[in-house]
Amino acid sequence: MQIGLFHFLFVSCALFFIGVYGFLTRRNLITMLMSIELILNSVNINFVAFNKFLFADKLDGIFFTLFIITIAAAEAAVAIAIIINLYRNYKTIDVEDVNTMKY
Amino acid sequence: MLSTPLIALIPLLPVISFVLIALVGKKYFPSLCGALGTLSLLVAFILSATVAYDYFFVVGKVGDTYQQIVPLKITWLQFTQNVSIDIGILLDPISVMMLVVVTLVSLMVHLYSLGYMKGEERYATFYSFLGLFTFSMLGLVLSSNIFQIYIFWELVGVSSYLLVGFYFDRPSAVSAAKKAFIVTRFADLGFLIGILILSFYAGTLDFQTLIAKLTTPTNEFHTIAAASFMGVSALTWGLVLVFIGGAGKSAMFPLHIWLPDAMEGPTPVSALIHAATMVVAGVFLVARLFPVFSMCAPALDVVMWVGASSSFIAAIIACTQTDIKRVLAYSTMSQIGYMMFSLGLARHGGEHGLGYMASMFHLFTHAMFKALLFLGAGAVIHYVHSNEMKDMGGLRKMMPVTHLTFLIACLAIAGIPPFAGFFSKEEILQAAFHANKAIFVIAIITAAITAFYMFRLYFSIFWNKPYHAHGESHDAHHGEAPGTMLIPLIILGLLSVCAGFIPFSKLVTSDGKELHTAFHLTFSIAPVVLATLGIIIALSFYKKESVTPQRISDGIGGLYRGAYNKFYIDELYLFVTKKILFPLVGRPAAWVDRNIVDGFMNLLATVTGQISFAIKKVQSGKTQSYAAYFFVGVIGFVLIFIYWWT
Amino acid sequence: MINLSVLLIIPLITALAVLLCSNAAQVRFMALLGSIVQLGYSSVLMFDYMGQRAAGNHSQMLYESRHAWFKGLNIEYYVGVDGISVAMIMLTAVVVMTGILISWNITKLTKEFFFLIVLLSLGAYGFFISLDLFTMFFFLEVAVIPKFLLIGIWGSGKKEYSAMKLALMLMGGSALVLIGLLCLYFNTTVLDPGAANGYHTFDLLRISRMHIPIEAQKFIFPLMFVGFGVFTAMFPFHTWAPDGHSSAPTAASMFLAGISMKLGGYGCLRVAAYLMPEAAHYYSWVIILLSTIAIIYGAFATLMQTDLKYINAYSSVSHCGFVIFGIGMLTKTAITGAVMQMVSHGLMTALFFAAIGMIYERAHTRQVAQLGGLLKTIPFIITVFVLAGLCSLGLPGLSGFVAEMTVFVGSWQRVDTFYRVSTVLACASIVVTAVYILRAVGAAAMGPIKNEEFRHFGDATWNEKLASVTLLVSILAIGIAPFWLNDLISPDTQIIMDNIARGVVGK
Repeated sequence: MQIGLFHFLFVSCALFFIGVYGFLTRRNLITMLMSIELILNSVNINFVAFNKFLFADKLDGIFFTLFIITIAAAEAAVAIAIIINLYRNYKTIDVEDVNTMKY
Repeated sequence: MLSTPLIALIPLLPVISFVLIALVGKKYFPSLCGALGTLSLLVAFILSATVAYDYFFVVGKVGDTYQQIVPLKITWLQFTQNVSIDIGILLDPISVMMLVVVTLVSLMVHLYSLGYMKGEERYATFYSFLGLFTFSMLGLVLSSNIFQIYIFWELVGVSSYLLVGFYFDRPSAVSAAKKAFIVTRFADLGFLIGILILSFYAGTLDFQTLIAKLTTPTNEFHTIAAASFMGVSALTWGLVLVFIGGAGKSAMFPLHIWLPDAMEGPTPVSALIHAATMVVAGVFLVARLFPVFSMCAPALDVVMWVGASSSFIAAIIACTQTDIKRVLAYSTMSQIGYMMFSLGLARHGGEHGLGYMASMFHLFTHAMFKALLFLGAGAVIHYVHSNEMKDMGGLRKMMPVTHLTFLIACLAIAGIPPFAGFFSKEEILQAAFHANKAIFVIAIITAAITAFYMFRLYFSIFWNKPYHAHGESHDAHHGEAPGTMLIPLIILGLLSVCAGFIPFSKLVTSDGKELHTAFHLTFSIAPVVLATLGIIIALSFYKKESVTPQRISDGIGGLYRGAYNKFYIDELYLFVTKKILFPLVGRPAAWVDRNIVDGFMNLLATVTGQISFAIKKVQSGKTQSYAAYFFVGVIGFVLIFIYWWT
Repeated sequence: MINLSVLLIIPLITALAVLLCSNAAQVRFMALLGSIVQLGYSSVLMFDYMGQRAAGNHSQMLYESRHAWFKGLNIEYYVGVDGISVAMIMLTAVVVMTGILISWNITKLTKEFFFLIVLLSLGAYGFFISLDLFTMFFFLEVAVIPKFLLIGIWGSGKKEYSAMKLALMLMGGSALVLIGLLCLYFNTTVLDPGAANGYHTFDLLRISRMHIPIEAQKFIFPLMFVGFGVFTAMFPFHTWAPDGHSSAPTAASMFLAGISMKLGGYGCLRVAAYLMPEAAHYYSWVIILLSTIAIIYGAFATLMQTDLKYINAYSSVSHCGFVIFGIGMLTKTAITGAVMQMVSHGLMTALFFAAIGMIYERAHTRQVAQLGGLLKTIPFIITVFVLAGLCSLGLPGLSGFVAEMTVFVGSWQRVDTFYRVSTVLACASIVVTAVYILRAVGAAAMGPIKNEEFRHFGDATWNEKLASVTLLVSILAIGIAPFWLNDLISPDTQIIMDNIARGVVGK
């Protein structure tokens, strides 16, 4: 069986929805962050797959993937900093307890 | 002829005295304020007398006609090319006559008040207000522009307000002042609209041009006579509305209700404002516009019937009042009614102008004897400390001078020869006899009633029962007022005797030409006899204390009560304002404002608030729900886009 | 040489200086100094303006200057004055100075209070001198927002409610103005000789010479007129006025009634009626209807008020009705009268509020029923109060009479039964005015002394005296010699009128 574009997209789609599911249902901020990473990675897979199958002569997709990985690293750093600060203030990293941003 | 600055000084002197007293005098030399005011009036009077002499005997007459002279005219407010308010001086027989009357009576009152108001806390203020009033009144009579007359008209109104409310800590004085101002203000509304109508058609506010345009059959005249509103021509509307203004100021029925209450003011003020000068402003106004009125018979008929009915009704009411100042107030109203109907039955020019001349003549003599009556009454009140007839009686011994002058004035107003009132009343009756018999009958009956109530007053004050002083302060043998109060009484008394001999028909006539009047001895018999009859009845009822008047008043019960309560006209007004205007217009307006107009705004605010309250729950503060909304939104967009593309 | 920008720089410097002051005394002094300098400069401006006119300078606007502000959209800082603006500037200068004097004893957040007052005046000056619609709108907004704070912080009674209501309604009004402004902007075309396509402009004078399509005018005019009308307390958008005035501190009331309501009148005249003459004619009857209702209904609503400030606030609704009424009549005399009424009402109502403030400061009540006999204890203040009342009821010799009569004479020139009847009704309001003023005066000032405490009141202090006398002198100057004011403004109302008359011809 030839592994085609569709298979890649299936994986990335699954990964994306797992990420979304995790983001919406988990209460722990760290897990939510991990879910976001999953979403980003599903996008990365998309990029690489499209690049390989549609524009094999170009490298734009690969570059973008690298770019996203970098950003994701920076984002993770910032997010973890925020989470640590939250923990210091609220003594919890449960997102349900951090809801002062309403109304 | 006097130079213009000197003429202008006549009205300016009182206002200078007003400003001076109000700004510095009150604080730094309060006791000298009276003298200052009196002095300024003295100079003003001398100047006016000179102007009168010059006008009547030196420069006024060109050919056989007295001319109108306008020595001064300053544009005060320019509306359009032709329409402007000018402040100026217009000299013609009536304004010169009024000039003399106003300065003379005002001078007398100033002098009198030196004694009467002595020791009052607001002595200086009183003199400053007197100055303001005199200025306004002089400005009014000298007006060369119909709007100028309106300006000063309002100013006399406010000076009257200030002076009636002089004793401002008495609630009755405050409400009387308020009433006087509001009732006349209501009438002034008519005046204002009348001015707007007349000036619109004449295209000017200047008296001379206005009269010229509205009396000669030019374009303006035809438009104003032809244009109509509700079936009445614009000319009639304009004139009747102007007359309403005059009627308000002159206390004509049914706008007279303020005058009796205005007696709350100090008595010299009543003498000046509510007897001799301000209240005749309405008569003066009609006289000033007389050539125009003369073109419009319906308007003059209104003037005539309002005048006649006021004159009669006031005379009836005067018979029943017990407050001496109120009796005098009603008698003033009655006499002004005389002047009014006399104007109403006259026409411009020649023989038909007899009523006009008679009216002006009566205005002049009335000013003298009515001021005298009030000042005399003031002296009595000063002594007795009461306005009620029942507290008086037998005062002739205590106050001989007052008694004598008061008697002269009573004879004058009753129309007994040779006192001043006789001559002027005679002319009025003659004019009425020739023009309208019904009016003549009313007039002659009123004359008889006048004689009756004036002598009722006279006998009740000076004869009747012997005087019992209630306070210890009263020395029964030494009741006469101080000299400053007596001099004006004596001067006015002399004038009341001899003013009738002034040849008015030569000086003040409707068209400025001399009017030849015949004096019919036989004609005078009826009025004089009727007047004497009135006096005799009064003599028999009131000379001694007797029960007859009481019995008669009981006998005619309803009518007496009606007249005693001034025919319930006050109550009617109170009903209209308190029961109709305030609750049915004012309160709903305020309610609508609070609840409907403002309520709508509040409703808007509430609805906005509630909507936002309802949707604010969406902002739960839970990051995950936001993410969920976001996700659903993205999906939604994606679906839409896909749908769009396929 | 006069530079109009100085009128903005002086308040700006004053405001900054106030912020830098270290104590209340310095703040007060600085604010007063600034306002006096401003008054001085305004007087110089007025006399110079009169001199220029007398010397035969007939250009429509004097002292013009322009700087591009936002080039892409042709928004310019473009200023210039004519007689009407000069009169308004003088009014603002007098009212601001007296307002500062009256609030001498403010102790709560003194610095912020005076800063806001000065800022407000900056907005008003800017509004009156701008000839660029956008710049004008900018300054209009500057003159709105500080009021919210002034009422909300220093007010009395239900101040939060009033402040919110006032700010929201005025903002609503200015939103309408903004929409109108933009619609107008996109209906203008300037064709330069070189350029291929025309561009849009906010330049007032240029727009006045253009022909805005009539259909567009019919849409824009109501937006503008109602928008500015809210500022003038036009019926039925007047309800911010009574609550706002009564809750505001004295100086803010003075500013609000004395100047802020005039911003609206000025806008109605200068922007709405002047730029859209055809629509002005088309809607004339609506304007007259609404303003007649405002005049009569305001007067009757006043009759029922028991609080002195409410009395004056409702009477302001009635009196400002005359401004709208005069503008709606579209005759030259009536418009002149409307401008005079703006000046006169500004001074008079400032004086009235000042007097009420002085009474309130002593008696701690504004309920008419609780006052009485005050003439005996505080004669100066009560004399001022009575004079303000007399001016309000249109006594000759004071400014109110002149303005009202000009409006009446002008209105009567409109020959049509509807307009005539409206004029008669408007005239009738002077009777009702007399009733409520005399009731208030009679109850508060006269009669026996109601409360023994009243005997210990001190009469006006120097600052109160100075403020009252300044306002009184201005009122008397207009009332006794109205010709100078008339000469100042009537050439410019003539220009506005010529443009409006064009509207009839165009139809």
